[in-house]
Amino acid sequence: MIYSETIKLKGPEDTEALGRKIAESALPGEVYALVGDLGTGKTTLVQAVARGLGIESKILSPTFTIVQEYDEGRLPLYHFDVYRVSSEDDLFELGFDEYLEGRGICLIEWADLIEELLPEDICAIFLDYGASEDERYCRIVSPLGPAEPGKKGGAAAAEEK
Amino acid sequence: MKNGKHITMGIESSCDETAIAVLADGREVLSNIISSQIEIHKEYGGVVPEIASRHHLKNIPFVFDQALEEAGVSLAEVDEIGVTAGPGLAGALLMGTAYAKAICAASGKPLVGVHHIQAHILANLLEHPELEPPFLSLVVSGGHTILVEVRGYNEFKVLGSTRDDAVGEAYDKVARVIGLGYPGGPKVDKLAREGNPHAHEFKRVYLEKDSLDFSFSGTKTAVINYLHSEEQRGNEVNPADVAASFQEAVIEVLVNKAMTALDITGYKGLALAGGVASNSALRARLQAAIDERSRKSVRKGGPEIRLWIPSPIFCTDNGAMVAVAAYEKAKLGLFTGLRLDVWPNLDLETGLDKLEV
Ligand SMILES: Nc1ncnc2c1ncn2[C@@H]1O[C@H](COP(=O)(O)OP(=O)(O)OP(=O)(O)O)[C@@H](O)[C@H]1O
Ligand SMILES: [Mg+2]
Repeated sequence: MIYSETIKLKGPEDTEALGRKIAESALPGEVYALVGDLGTGKTTLVQAVARGLGIESKILSPTFTIVQEYDEGRLPLYHFDVYRVSSEDDLFELGFDEYLEGRGICLIEWADLIEELLPEDICAIFLDYGASEDERYCRIVSPLGPAEPGKKGGAAAAEEK
Repeated sequence: MKNGKHITMGIESSCDETAIAVLADGREVLSNIISSQIEIHKEYGGVVPEIASRHHLKNIPFVFDQALEEAGVSLAEVDEIGVTAGPGLAGALLMGTAYAKAICAASGKPLVGVHHIQAHILANLLEHPELEPPFLSLVVSGGHTILVEVRGYNEFKVLGSTRDDAVGEAYDKVARVIGLGYPGGPKVDKLAREGNPHAHEFKRVYLEKDSLDFSFSGTKTAVINYLHSEEQRGNEVNPADVAASFQEAVIEVLVNKAMTALDITGYKGLALAGGVASNSALRARLQAAIDERSRKSVRKGGPEIRLWIPSPIFCTDNGAMVAVAAYEKAKLGLFTGLRLDVWPNLDLETGLDKLEV
């Protein structure tokens, strides 16, 4: 069963809380696709996940570097931004496949641009602008969701709490 | 050596550009070939080479030959070869370092691994012979925004850096939302000249008092929010005003933080570096702020305050900056063996030893 829910993030605090919850329940090998227009808060959400994992390094926008790896948290965090990726080769050179299979979690900004290269069982997080400057809508679509008893992983499980 | 002059080659391939330059005595630029600036139709041995962004593997041999040919130097006359070993894209860095290592292995030339930001900063030495460490530097590019103390040619202390988007990145993204193409920085700069910088007061982020860190994602998002709300109301926007006001917000923060850094450190000069250092508004505004500071200092009987900025061709990713850094490192005896690795996240403050293997 696929879990799907739309929530309203009233301000950066809500985004922070969502990120921390994702971090709490995240399991090794999980892949999160972050989809949303410029400035909707993809990097902001990843920063919150990182803090939730206990990562203290600065989490910068990886638009330029395409991937940043952080190993100091509860789980390794692989932060991708494929905005500038122009070919499959680009990603291959960066070891994209190895990251997907890695011990950590992958968070991929602009994942919709590489849809065909993503595995199937991923959690997709769609971000959209809301009515006011600090409001965002967030739709989480996940096969990692609360359907399977005993398996508490992913954003869906986080939202359930 | 050629005609009694020390010859250094510099190879840069950390991101989009494949670039190789040759210098005499570490300052005189004999050639400076940058892949994106080569006219594609230029014939090379009967074939038209495919020069494309990030196609380093295809570009390098061609750029290498061009660099030697234009310099009028043979490989035998080169004294050392510098190469960027990080930070940057792993695959891109690998192409440059593998090529440099192969040439050094075959020719017996010494190899010098260079930090990309170190190279950007030291590009200032090319045209300013009087400049020597220590000084303060502001590095602004698509991937970096750093205020750093240059304590020596191979010793840096980072005072502040961005917490989210780099300046150049914010420029490119704003360029996209106002409908200018990629890379957008230069286009925003140009369009801004026709706009009113105070048409909109987009968010400026200064962070904690005296913090020398930067944050540009809020300014980026403020521009997008403005465009959305005007669109919803069915209002026309003036792209030139948006470009000028965005640029004003960003430059105000950069200039003020650079001045704060001069206050805190007491340095008498600032060297601007990186791709965004070509931005005409930033250059003009920094110059005005420094001139003002210098006048005040002189009036009180103090020294002049200086601003150094490389010519635009040495601001963008280029081989000459790598060569000048390699030349200075070689003078300090800081060579690299053929075991040189690539370091996509190489730290400017603590990572430089990794290049001496
Ligand atoms: N509720 C919110 N959630 C997240 N960010 C918010 C919220 N309200 C305001 N913001 C602001 O919006 C901006 C989001 O920028 P951010 O760089 O995270 O977006 P992004 O989606 O990663 O953009 P890009 O496509 O450029 O990578 C930040 O400046 C953040 O402070
Ligand atoms: Mg982002």
